[in-house]
Amino acid sequence: MKTKVFSLLLLCLMVQSLMIGQTKDMVLIEGSRYIPLYGRDSTVVEVNDFKMDIYPVTTAEYIEFVEKYPKWSKSKVISLFADESYLVNWKTDLKVKDSMSTKRPITYVSWFAAKAYCECQNKRLPTVDEWEYVAMADETTKDARVKPEYNQQILAWYEAPRTEENSIGKTKKNAWGVYDLHGLVWEWTLDFNSVLITGESRKDVDKDSNLFCGSAAVNATDLMNYAAFMRYAIRGSLKARYSMKNLGFRCVQDIKEQQ
Amino acid sequence: MKTLKPIILSLALIMLSCGDSEKTEQHSDTAEIPVSREMIAELTSPPNVPTPVGRRKAKKLIVNMEILEEEGELTDGVKYVYWTFGGSVPGSFIRTRVGDEVEFTLSNHPDNKLPHNIDLHAVSGPGGGAESSFVAPGHEKTFSFKTLNPGLYVYHCATAPVGMHIANGMYGLILVEPEGGLPQVDKEYYIMQGDFYTKGKNGERGLQPFDMQKAVDENADYVVFNGSVGALTGDNAITAKVGETVRLYVGNGGPNLVSSFHVIGEIFDKVHVEGGDLINENVQTTLIPAGGAAIVEFKVDVPGTFILVDHSIFRAFNKGALGMLKVEGEEQKKIYSGEIREGIYLPEGPGIQNMPTTNEIVESEIPAKSFEEQMEFGKQIYMQTCFACHQAEGQGIPNAFPPLANSDYLNADVDRAIGVVVNGLSGEITVNGEKYNSVMTKQMISSDDVANVLTYVYNSWGNSKKVVTKKMVDDVKKK
Repeated sequence: MKTKVFSLLLLCLMVQSLMIGQTKDMVLIEGSRYIPLYGRDSTVVEVNDFKMDIYPVTTAEYIEFVEKYPKWSKSKVISLFADESYLVNWKTDLKVKDSMSTKRPITYVSWFAAKAYCECQNKRLPTVDEWEYVAMADETTKDARVKPEYNQQILAWYEAPRTEENSIGKTKKNAWGVYDLHGLVWEWTLDFNSVLITGESRKDVDKDSNLFCGSAAVNATDLMNYAAFMRYAIRGSLKARYSMKNLGFRCVQDIKEQQ
Repeated sequence: MKTLKPIILSLALIMLSCGDSEKTEQHSDTAEIPVSREMIAELTSPPNVPTPVGRRKAKKLIVNMEILEEEGELTDGVKYVYWTFGGSVPGSFIRTRVGDEVEFTLSNHPDNKLPHNIDLHAVSGPGGGAESSFVAPGHEKTFSFKTLNPGLYVYHCATAPVGMHIANGMYGLILVEPEGGLPQVDKEYYIMQGDFYTKGKNGERGLQPFDMQKAVDENADYVVFNGSVGALTGDNAITAKVGETVRLYVGNGGPNLVSSFHVIGEIFDKVHVEGGDLINENVQTTLIPAGGAAIVEFKVDVPGTFILVDHSIFRAFNKGALGMLKVEGEEQKKIYSGEIREGIYLPEGPGIQNMPTTNEIVESEIPAKSFEEQMEFGKQIYMQTCFACHQAEGQGIPNAFPPLANSDYLNADVDRAIGVVVNGLSGEITVNGEKYNSVMTKQMISSDDVANVLTYVYNSWGNSKKVVTKKMVDDVKKK
């Protein structure tokens, strides 16, 4: 079993080296320093330049991936890497239900599957800090976190049912040229489980864990925290093999990878 | 075989009687109460409660609760996305007894957007179970706890941001009955107060999002029983018959407000203060803290509709914290007569009563700072005071009220014009060649207002563009 997995991984790596790093539909994100909701080692986080997919990965793209790498099909996937919900809304290994548009973002995928998809394209999953950095932007500003309407838009999504059935690219393009970071589906990040929200989220604020530059609850003057808080909460509740109805992903690429 | 049967039967009887003796035995350490057999807990949505535990032994009690995020109606025409335990606000009522081992499964519906958990105040353990039940959408978590203390306890969601999860309706009650159960009553109901915070004001229609700022400021738009305005009124009222004893399990989910629970026209015979062992008797209003509860009991003696309120009374009549208990049955004239007679009462003689009047004129609090402001304020006064007779464009009404537009009478003498406004005018005058003979009453407006309204009139409709100041008005008044 183990050797099988290993050889499959090896195959994936070999195929990957043959593939040219795709930069189609990616935009350059210029790195900078910013203060995220949580500082980990220090409160200021530095993000390097990288490229990000403009759209989340679609169902159509994921079908292609599964065709190429059958070990990620729903019948063959190893249960260590994906729970029972993996691609649960697909009719067969390579077909989705007829009623389902393939322009939808792919959901019901585990972190392992999302990570493999990106790696097989010579890309990777974004870190929480990278994802949050790009997601700070609205249509005009790269850091819109202080704007009430930016937060209202995010919060409105929490109340909109079944958004995962919408097609990609229907939300407004943000200042970086990226779509759908808010308002469509949650997205996997590389280090989603490094954030310190435990099941007892009220205890978290007592720890000396640099939460809010020390320890304070969401404060009234900073509604940004409260919109973002939910993303950290959802990340904190996940395990890498979970596949969820409204959780998709997109890939990023380091600049040096593009030669 | 035949001889065996009665032996088995008698054995069973002996075993039963052993069980019986155990029921009456009081355990000093409730943690040591043994559990026998499993039982699926009956869960009810408000205002109903499950069957009393009575004299049953402690059991392994299976509780399955589902979390649903769904749109509902906060009041007529106002939609709100509730987050719920079991599809209702408050969530399903859980009924246990001391010593039960509760195996609790929390299922987060796959359509939900957010992770949730549960903190049951009846649990002795970290987070009241919250840290063991943190669950992502499409998953479920199971944990188990032993009920050590009798009482009525609140449960609620405790996922960050905690306040928001509670504000959206994630709370309910779990009852832990003492050994042998609570005394029997005729009617039992489940009521829970909560405060809601919406972007729009109370009554503003449409789907209203939650307003974090108002929640932080503790400025509630709605304060309601059982999740919405009218959840306990009209056809949804709770009922009883004359002579019955009623027990209400009353909780307060908050997130912010403390409830002063009162039933208009009733006195609580018994209150389990804060849902605990302390019994208070003959209580009019009982205080229920946020995240707390009370058990109130009373006998309904007479028929009628009894109103349940939070006696912070504007919440009841303006924000929704009002329910009804409808009692049917025979009138009990000895206890309450109803209206006996009506008569006239005139303590101050039969003269005509007048409202006291004042001759003092309140001076305008904000004097105009510029010509533009004078025009703006003047127009307001004109529309309030002069417009009915002199009309919107100063055209007046032929043969009744003279025009102010292009008025030779007005433009000829500004002090006279001020005098007319301040002191009134009656008798015949000629304006633009037309004779008028009517009455203009003395206008009870401040000097500032006189100056503003005349400035507006002089600078409209082709008049002489004079500016009238407060000083000019005061000078005329002194004459």
